[in-house]
Parts: sequence; structure tokens; C-alpha cells
Amino acid sequence: MDFISTHLLTSILFFPILAALAILFFPTEQIKLIRWTALIASLVPFVLSLLLWGRFDASAAGFQFSEQYPWYDAIHSSFHVGVDGLSLTMVMLTTLLTPLAILASFGVTDRVKAYMILFLLLETGMLGVFMAVDLLIFFVFWEVGLVPMYFLINQWGSANRNYASLKFMIYTMGGSLGLLLAIQMLGVLFQTYDLVTIYTRWNALEASANLLPWFGSYLTVETVKTIAFWAFVIAFAIKVPVWPFHTWLPDAHTEAPTAGSMLLAGVLLKLGAYGFLRLVLPLYPAQSAQYAGWLAFLAVMAIIFGALGAYGQNDFKRLVAYSSVNHMGFVLLGVAAAAKVAGTADATIALNGAVFQMFNHGLSAAGMFFLVGVIYERAHTRDLNQLGGLFPIVPVYGAILLFTSMASLGLPGLSGFVSEFLVVRGAWASMPIFAALAMIGLLMTGAYILKGIKKVLHGPLNEHWAHGEHQLTDISAREVIVMAPLMALILILGIWPAWLLDVINKAMSMLF
Amino acid sequence: MQFPILSVIVFTPLVTSLLILLMKPERKTEVRVAALAAASFALLLSIWVFISYDKTAAGYQFLEKYSWLPALGISYHVGVDGMSAPLVLLTGVVMFTGVLISWGIDDRPREFFAFLFLLAGGVFGVFVSLDLFMLFFFYEIAVFPMYLLIVIWGWVKTREYAAMKLTLYLFLGSVMALVGALAMYWVNYQNTGILTFDMLQLEKAGFSGQFQYIWFMPVFMGFAILGGIFPFHNWSPDGHVAAPTAVSMFHAGVLMKLGAFAALRVGVMLLPEGAKQWAWLIFILAMVNVVYGAFIAMIQTDLKYVIGFSSVSHMGLVMLGIATLTPEGLTGAGLQMFSHGVMTALFFASVGMIYDRAHTRMIPELGGMVKALPFVAIAFTVGGLVGMGMPGFSGFVAEFPIFMGVWKTQWLAAVIASISIIVTAAYILIAVRKVFFGKMPAKFEGHMTPISALDKVALFTLVLLMTGLGMFPNLLAPMISLGVQNVLRLLGGA
Repeated sequence: MDFISTHLLTSILFFPILAALAILFFPTEQIKLIRWTALIASLVPFVLSLLLWGRFDASAAGFQFSEQYPWYDAIHSSFHVGVDGLSLTMVMLTTLLTPLAILASFGVTDRVKAYMILFLLLETGMLGVFMAVDLLIFFVFWEVGLVPMYFLINQWGSANRNYASLKFMIYTMGGSLGLLLAIQMLGVLFQTYDLVTIYTRWNALEASANLLPWFGSYLTVETVKTIAFWAFVIAFAIKVPVWPFHTWLPDAHTEAPTAGSMLLAGVLLKLGAYGFLRLVLPLYPAQSAQYAGWLAFLAVMAIIFGALGAYGQNDFKRLVAYSSVNHMGFVLLGVAAAAKVAGTADATIALNGAVFQMFNHGLSAAGMFFLVGVIYERAHTRDLNQLGGLFPIVPVYGAILLFTSMASLGLPGLSGFVSEFLVVRGAWASMPIFAALAMIGLLMTGAYILKGIKKVLHGPLNEHWAHGEHQLTDISAREVIVMAPLMALILILGIWPAWLLDVINKAMSMLF
Repeated sequence: MQFPILSVIVFTPLVTSLLILLMKPERKTEVRVAALAAASFALLLSIWVFISYDKTAAGYQFLEKYSWLPALGISYHVGVDGMSAPLVLLTGVVMFTGVLISWGIDDRPREFFAFLFLLAGGVFGVFVSLDLFMLFFFYEIAVFPMYLLIVIWGWVKTREYAAMKLTLYLFLGSVMALVGALAMYWVNYQNTGILTFDMLQLEKAGFSGQFQYIWFMPVFMGFAILGGIFPFHNWSPDGHVAAPTAVSMFHAGVLMKLGAFAALRVGVMLLPEGAKQWAWLIFILAMVNVVYGAFIAMIQTDLKYVIGFSSVSHMGLVMLGIATLTPEGLTGAGLQMFSHGVMTALFFASVGMIYDRAHTRMIPELGGMVKALPFVAIAFTVGGLVGMGMPGFSGFVAEFPIFMGVWKTQWLAAVIASISIIVTAAYILIAVRKVFFGKMPAKFEGHMTPISALDKVALFTLVLLMTGLGMFPNLLAPMISLGVQNVLRLLGGA
């Protein structure tokens, strides 16, 4: 117990990997044993992160539960992890969604062992990004999380998986190249990768500083910072994904297995948004303010085109995938608004909205993808034109789908409303036009959500699903258990968001 | 007297080679057991050297010096520093795993192992030599058996051509370097009146700037040919493809490092001023290696050629790191030599296992190997991730400091070289998917016998090294940094 108290973060971070190693030695045909071990193993980090949540002191500044170990002395990088209010929220989201995703995969029968191992590795990869306080460690986990996701899509995906998985990998790796180069430059400049040190020293660089002799005279500190800023922005924008870098997302989602989509939308997209908050804003306050308008433009385009794109789909999963582009646009809008008027109350409101939206979208998107998976498993089609009128046949599923869709739509009383309201409220003062355009996007959100519900649940019943061998069965108890925590949180956060927002708010006002 | 551990490491394979030749050719199992015993022994000793190298004392350790031909100033002088100790370990590992996966060789195993061990002894010798003459001596011992190994046991279609090409290229290189070495020997004699090939003394010879300017390129390039530097890289993929599996492992895993290491030890360390003058050219050539090699690897359809050209690209990173003449770049080069050695050994071992069963290496003809050979699939995938420079594996740990060194030297080059990362990722992912996943062609049904336990041990050892180093770079990096300081001292703290 003592060990766990002093090594709480590393315990959360590495437990999944240890469990994955243990599962490696299980006999392949013991599917049940493997499933349950993976589920229980993924619950351990969740319990530990509840402990973390309980012990976390929201009013203290800086990173808590810090642990630092020598890692790569030759280039002055250490294994340094810690959490603040921002990363704590994301850690909670990750450890909550992973067990649900694993429970959601109990229907998988193909190579269960490898599948579960990859999921546990993925969890470690994602958690590492949120915990890293060392730029190199951040990058290590940032990239390494791609590997399990690549194989999950490539091996357990549907027909077009080769194309989608390679596109996902190359797109993200290509996007990270600029980030990699910029990180290398920072490391060469400061001879350290420690995030806190880099924050202060990078920002303290005088415009006339002669720290970059090998750049020659034609690249000023200002120019270098601007280029590095865009390198960071593009890497994270691809991951979020922001229009026009979003094209990998619908493909990846369409091909990924259900649980893979849950984590992809629920957590992986948040890595990009987290990068904006953890690195872009603190490292480039001046550039962020200068280019806030561009970021807001991209965000609003993501909101509007995401919504239009979603409306145009006839594949239920693609519809939900485009909805992620739409919703994550609000996160970036919040970031852009905050960058423009950094330090003001409006900025804090916008950031609160952005972080809260990250959490909420994690809940609702994971839920939506799961529900798409539920219907696909039964009907073996996601074509909206072939479904229809299913409410009387699958009433419980219908109710749950309705509830989750409403959360995604941002119905007041559910959590999505709170965060989208905060973002727009924060953006209103400094960028009214973008805020107004975002509201129009929100209207379109309503349109595609209603289209989805209508095509699946209402309208004339497709008799195909009502009788005989194709008759659909209602959602099972296991599947309800997957949805229950998500729905409960969506409702609670919608009615009483203060308990989470308080932690976020304190972190945001201390950070920026 | 201290136990002469380095000499034992060098002479274990050489003596075993002779002993094996004395055994009866038809007693194949005994030959194999003897080979494995000797390889294990050498591996254990090289692990011992690696562990007991005193990091606080740094410098050259485990020194032994016996005069050999005093009239000409030639002595048998061996020792390791932070740069060479990991390479000795690497050779031990590749030798051990190479013997394990060659267990099934049925065509004259006696001669095969004898030549292989002669090669291994030469390689060990180069890494530990502190005498220039001895270095050349061992260098030729290492190169010569390659010819026989490829020509006799190689791939029927190209072995004569490839063996000839390889040998001529390497002899050309070593002649260039030898002339340079003799020039150093002679000028040092004229300056100091001492006849010596001892590199520790030649380091202090204080060659004139002009001398260094003239002789650096022949010496460096002479050795770098063996490292596969552009435009003299052409022999290497052909050689890889034609060689039998264990020889490919040695060839890519260790021999190419021999070139890079000797180029560093003799070229850069003895002629540091020349290195500074010519670094720009080496830098450009290495850049071509890195980027061009990656593109060429992408269009290959023979899996072994893919790996052969990926070696050209990856060895380019080693040269690039050396050419930066920065602490980061050199450290990265040292790490990359180790990491790449383990990685290509694994690649060639895996390809060999597939070829033995499928009798083809053409990527479009393969597929679905994961069902039949899951262990190979996992190992190859890990190797692929290392090759892509994926964080968490040894390739990243090695490439990252090289890029830092490049940033310090010429930032634009870092941007250009990073293109290779994406290209590499693409060709490796595509190759892994096409060979191991998808549907297995029906003609392979029934031919895909599982790999042996020895094969598994070999693959597991290599995978463990790559992941271990990737997760804990401190296992190796501090030691290489010590070796790098040694180089930087000669470069005048540059």
C-alpha cells in the first residue's frame, strides 16, 4: 500500500502493461479467462485513479504526485510524470473508458488474446501522454499509442481496413514530424526536455537572443517561434482532428472495431486537444494570440463542415465519426478564444468549456460508437436506409440511443450543453462572428442527430428486421452495463457540473 | 596478471574454427554443438566485458600489449572503450543467434561454421584492436571468409556475382585505407623517429593540417565503403540477398558496423583536423544514404532487398551522426550501430525462416504468415517498429540524438532527413502487412512447419535487446557517451 501511495501515477500507468504481459502467457483458447482478466486489469487503474482523484489537491499549483526517474541521461531527458487538474480529468476519462471498451469487446471471438493485449498497451500509451512532464516522454507515449491502434484497425477492422489503418498511421506520424523536429530543436537549445524548465526559458528568450547561432541571421527568434508554433499546431490539429486535416478520421472509424472506435473518439482525439492546452498555449502565448483568428476559423469550419458532413452520411458510423469533427471543433474554438484574450475571465470560461467539452465528448462519443456497434452486430449493416422504425422492436436500445444522441446534440440538462455553452460564452466577447457561426453549426448538429435517430428508430418499419431469422434482439444486459456509467455521468454532469468544473476551473486559472 | 579476456574473446572463434575443421565432416551434430558452445562462451565473455567495464574510470580498458614485430613497431595491442565495448557485445549476440538459426544447415556444416567463426574472430579483432596493423589484419580476416560463405552457401541465382562484387568493393576500400595508414605510419616516423602502428601513439602524432586534409578522405571512405556509404553502397544489398541467412545477419548486423567503426576510429580519431575539414562532404553523402536508401527500399519487391536497402538508409544515419562531430550525433551513431545490428540480424533471421519454408521472398507472393509462424511475425513486427524509429524501441533512442546532432550542425538537413522517417514507416508497414497478414496462398499449406525452439531463443534474444534498450536507454547510452568523449577530446572539444 505504501508503494502505491508513493508511486500512484506509475502504478496507474504501468499496470495495464504488466497485465498485458501476464495475459501473454495465458493459453490462447481460454477466451473467457482472458476477457475477464483484461477487464479486471483495466479496472485496477480506474480504482487507483479514483484514489488519485480523492487525494488530489485542486487548489495547489503545479504538478502533483510527481515522480522522476533517470531515463536517458545522455540527452538530459528523465522519466518525469505528474498531474494537474487538466491531466487528472483526462486520466479519469481514460481509465473510465478503457474498461468499458474492454467490456464492450466481450463479443469479439477472433484472436481474443492479442486483441486484449493491444487494448491494455493502448491504455498505457494514452495515459502516458496525459501524465508526461517531460517533452521527450510526451512524444514517446504520443507515438507509441499509434501502434496498438494501427493493429486493432488493421487486424480487427472491416473490409477497407488496410487503407484506413495505413492512412491513420502515416497521417498521424507525418503530422508528428514537425512536432518531433521542434522538440529536437528545443532539446538542443536548452539541453533539457523538462517541460517546466522549457516553459520558462523558451518564453524568456529575447527577440534578439543569440541562442540560435546555427540558424544564421536570416531566421530570427520570432520566425523560429512562429514556425515551431505551426509545427506543433499541425501535429495536434491532425489528431483532434481539425478541418481540413480530418479526412483520416471517418475512414479509421468506419473500419475500426467498435471498442477501437470508442477509444479512438473517446480518448485519442483528446490527445490532440490536450496537446494544444499543455504545449501550444503555454509555449507560444504570443503566437497563439496572433493566430487565434486562424485557429478559430479552422475550428468553426470543423464545426460547420463536420455537421454538414455528418448530415450527408448514410452510414451510421460515418455519421457519428463526422459528429466527432463537429464536437471537437468546439474544443479548438475554446482554445482559440482563450488564446486571443489570455488572462481574462472570458479566457478562463472558454478554457473551462474546452476541457469540459473534451470530457463530455469522450463520454457521448464512446457511447454513440458503442450503440452503432450494438445495432451493427445484430443487423450486420450500418446503412441508414436499410434500418428504420426499429423503436418498437428494440425499445430499450431505442431509449438509450435517444438519450445518448440528445447528449451529443447538447440538450440542456445533459453535459454537452454545459460545455458548449461555456465555449460560446467565452468566445462571444472576443470573436462574436465565430461564436455566431458556431451557433449555426450547433443548429446543424441538431439536424444530423435527428436524422440519425429518425432513420434508425422512427419512420416506416423495415419489415426485414421484425420477423424470422433477421429479427433484431434488444440490447443485452452486458451492453446496458457498458452504457450505464456513461449515461449516469452525462446526466449528473448536466445537472450538477460543479464537482468536475471546479477542478478544471482551478487548473485553468492557475495555468493560464 | 589479469585474465586476458579480450584475447580470449578474439581467439575463441578463431581456435574453434580450426578445431571444427579437424572434426569429421559427417558428424554434423557434433560440429553444431561445438559451434554453439564456442559461441555461447564468447557471448558470455562479451557480456562480462560489457558489465565490468569501469564507467567511472572510462578510457581504454582490459588492455593487453605484446610486441609482435618490434622492428616495424607492430604490436598486439587490444583494449575497449565505451564505443567498442557495446560492439563487442553486439558481435557476441549476433554470433550466438547466428549459430542458433543455422542449426538446420545440412550442406557441409563443418566448413560453414569454420568460415563463420573465422569471420567472427576477425570482427572481434577489429573492434578491440588498438594497433593499426592488427586492425587491418583482422579486417581482412573478416572480409575474406565472406566471399567463400556467399559463393558456396549463397542463393544460387546471384551468389557468384554478389560475392565478386562485394569482395572487390571491400578490397578497394581497404587498399585505400591501407595506403592512408601507411602514410600515417611513415609521417609519424619522420616526425618523431618512432616506428609504430600503435593508435594510441598515432593519436598524439600531431599530423599537419595539410597531411590530414589529403589523407582523411581515402582513409575514411575506404572504411566507410564497408559501412555502405553512398555512392559505394551498391555491393551491400546484393551481398545481403545472395548470402545465406546467418551470413546476412553477420554481414548487415556486424560487418557494416565494422566499416563505420573503423572509419571513426582510424579516420576521425587519428585525423581529427581532416575530419573537421571534410565533415560537410560526409554529411551530404550520408544524407543521400538516409533519404535515397529509404525510397529505394520502398520500391523493392524482394523482402531481402527491402531490408538490404533499409540497411543502407539506417547506416546512413550512423555516418550522419559521425559527420556531425557533435556529442549527440556521435552518441546516436554508437547507439544506432548497436540497435541496427540487432535489428537487421533479426530481420534477416526472420526472412531466412520464411524463405526456408516458402522458397520465395517476393512480397506479392507471400501472405498470411502470422497463422503459421506467429513468433516470427511478432519478432519481425518489433524489428519493423525499431526500423521506423518508433519510440519505446531502440531505433528511436538511437535516431533521436543523431537528429539532435544534425540540428546543431545544419538544421535544414534535419528537416530533409525526417522525410525518411515517413517513407520508412510506409514501406515497413506495407511489407509487414503483406507478408504476415492477409490470406496465406494455398500453395504454402502444409509447408509451413513451425520454427524450432532454437530459432525462438534467437529471435527472443534479439527482441528483448531492442525493447529493453528502447525502454531503458540508460543501459547503453552512458557507456557510449564515454567513448564519445574520447573522440571529442581528439577533436579538441568541438
